Amino acid sequence: MTELNSDVMEGGSTMTAAETPRSKMGKKVVDMDHVPKSLSDEEICLEVKDFRLYYGEKRALHGINMSIPKKRVTAFIGPSGCGKSTLLRSFNRMNDLVDICRTEGEILFDEKNIFNRTVDVTDLRRRVGMVFQKPNPFPKTIYENVAYGLRIQGINKKRVIDERVEWSLKGAALWDEVKDRLHDNALGLSGGQQQRLVIARTIAVEPEVLLLDEPCSALDPISTLKVEELISELKNRYTIVIVTHNMQQAARVSDYTAFMYLGDLIEYKDTDTLFTNPEQKQTEDYITGRYG
Amino acid sequence: MDSLKLWFRKGEPWVWLNAGAVAISVVMVVGLLGLVAVRGLSHFWPHTIIEGVYTEPDGSSYTIIGEVADEEWVAASRVRGTGVAIPEEVKVVKRMLIKTGNRDITGLDFRWLIAENLQDVTTPEQLMVVERREWGNFYGYLVAVKENGRVVASGESALAELEARLERALDLTEEIHEIENAEIGAINYQLERLRLKQRRLELDDALTDAARLELQEERAALDAQYQGLKSHLDELNVQIGRDSMVARSMNGAEKEIPLKLVVQFKQPNAMSFFGKVADYFHQLWLFLSDDPREANTEGGVFPAIFGTVLMVILMSVIVTPFGVVAAVYLREYAKQGPLTRTIRVAVNNLAGVPSIVYGVFGLGFFVYFLGGNLDALFYPEAAPAPVFGTPGLMWASITLALLTLPVVIVATEEGLTRIPKSLREGSLALGATKFETITKVILPMSSPAMMTGLILAIARAAGEVAPLMLVGVVKLAPTLPLDGNFPYLHLERKFMHLGFHIYDVGFQSPNVEAARPLVYATAALLVVVIVALNLTAIMIRNRLREKYRALEN
Repeated sequence: MTELNSDVMEGGSTMTAAETPRSKMGKKVVDMDHVPKSLSDEEICLEVKDFRLYYGEKRALHGINMSIPKKRVTAFIGPSGCGKSTLLRSFNRMNDLVDICRTEGEILFDEKNIFNRTVDVTDLRRRVGMVFQKPNPFPKTIYENVAYGLRIQGINKKRVIDERVEWSLKGAALWDEVKDRLHDNALGLSGGQQQRLVIARTIAVEPEVLLLDEPCSALDPISTLKVEELISELKNRYTIVIVTHNMQQAARVSDYTAFMYLGDLIEYKDTDTLFTNPEQKQTEDYITGRYG
Repeated sequence: MDSLKLWFRKGEPWVWLNAGAVAISVVMVVGLLGLVAVRGLSHFWPHTIIEGVYTEPDGSSYTIIGEVADEEWVAASRVRGTGVAIPEEVKVVKRMLIKTGNRDITGLDFRWLIAENLQDVTTPEQLMVVERREWGNFYGYLVAVKENGRVVASGESALAELEARLERALDLTEEIHEIENAEIGAINYQLERLRLKQRRLELDDALTDAARLELQEERAALDAQYQGLKSHLDELNVQIGRDSMVARSMNGAEKEIPLKLVVQFKQPNAMSFFGKVADYFHQLWLFLSDDPREANTEGGVFPAIFGTVLMVILMSVIVTPFGVVAAVYLREYAKQGPLTRTIRVAVNNLAGVPSIVYGVFGLGFFVYFLGGNLDALFYPEAAPAPVFGTPGLMWASITLALLTLPVVIVATEEGLTRIPKSLREGSLALGATKFETITKVILPMSSPAMMTGLILAIARAAGEVAPLMLVGVVKLAPTLPLDGNFPYLHLERKFMHLGFHIYDVGFQSPNVEAARPLVYATAALLVVVIVALNLTAIMIRNRLREKYRALEN
């Protein structure tokens, strides 16, 4: 595990260094691994304000306040049932699908409350893409999977779709593996390939935020490695929020980490500090494996 | 003792019981299909014609010519009861059912004979069976062929002459049939339309002199066309009446049969095995492709096959979209609560309503109410004759669609519930609306389940007879519901159906013995048609399953 770990960190950092010139805040990125970062310096993408969520009578989230920085990887960790997935699914209002779900408070995206009546949910979901725990490609061809979101948006020109499919698959580091069988059924791909296909499908519609809900929990270590590499690459273009059960993963891929427990946000700061020097007792107990 | 106990404890008897139940089911299904297939399909095999001398109990004797249709052993006492003298020591007697045909001469098609009393049985090769358009089969010897009442061939050469002349007669028959049905039928159809057009104009008070003149002209043109065809037809009728054959029946009387009444003749005793095989398939083909004759007891069943298949297809076309849309609403849009549950229970229970009740409902609601109102609104010119206000193909299809709707709804709903939630979320997370998700992901993926529903619906609908008798099936439909006259598909027409055909031939026929093999043959055919329709649907479903096999993992 340690070997794998260092590989990923190296891979991640070389990647970041190489990408630096393209980044808006070049200096900071270069220093990322050494100098503790501060949330206050970051441009904010999503802002959660006193957000509460109920499933029927039961309160699942108790007044969460946090800001998700733009073009960074933010990880949510915590024991099962602590509400991290619920919070993640609130960012693109997937919880609307649950009949008994009710919310209070605000989540600002682009300075607008996403729960406002005037917000078009489908547009929000296009801008805030989501990848789920279990790979869920549609039972269509690889090509059609990626083209799905584009067609939904009314893009029907074959040339445009062709280009975008290639671009997305390259972006998801899947192009070389599937370029010769774009018109095969997507279900014939391995689990890791399927998950990267789902990521390709998500980035094809050019979202601003990527929500990853335990994207590697159903994958083997090699596939996990590839997806993690991909996350490091993607953060130059997208704001990424990832929920994970795997603390090493959070440590490897994220810039900021939030620890949640029983519906509360316990501690939220840059990843290095949180893992090396947690302020809260609960956080320390959790990351040292005393519970959860 | 212990081992017996152990045997019970291990559940061996249970396994045997299960296996036994399966075995009995298999035997029953195979037996049923076997009986129907054997009885039905053997009908077309050319039977040997026997000739023999039969002695009646009173001592008189005469020649018998015919096919052995059945044999049975009966108790001698029963036969004695009818006045036949049987020696005391004989306990059982063999009886034979002989099909002697020649109904026009003897008045009987079939007769039961005591096998003992039938002597000198031979199978002369010259014996011939002639299938006629009237009076059933003729059995006997060919004597001569006549043209305009003059003998042109007799004895040995008659057979070849008969063959050539029959071919000509059959060609002419076909031509006459074509003219009568297709061409004159089309003219009549157009004349009827003109009449309706005029009536409509009258009702609208729009029948100007100009319009009247125009109609008159069209009618005159059609009449002229009709006259032309009529004279051609008369000419053909004269031509076809030219030839006739003379044959000697079993009582020695010579009978002249006009060739226009002959469908075919053969000498089965002279046929080789391969000749019989060829004849078998020829007869089978005639059965499948011909129109029925003689109150359905002779000829083929093509209109019934056509009607059955067309009705099932129309039913599928109506029930599938309807059922799917209803299921989508119940499963995807309706709020799951007591009301939805009640509706679901009600829908499920609809499947248990006896089919005749649907027939009564179809007659009362569709035919009389809907059809009557349609007629009043759109076809006032046809009154008092009904157009849609009478049983017909459309109402039969709709009634059966209603009958099978619950099956499709239940199957589709099951399919919809089986779609993993993750796929819905995947689509929604890409910015698709619920409608897009349903139409682009969920419906295609649940299409195998819809097909399952459709398969069950077809299986049920194709075999229904009871409701159809009330809403559109008839014993004999003069025209097919699909023909060359605009608008080609005539939904208001009555049609024939294999299931009803079985009932009609078996129980309503004037000649039960002659019709019995046809009952089996039609039953076998009905099974084949249903299996074929089902196999088509199953093949489509398997292809869809292969395509959307995400459900499996």
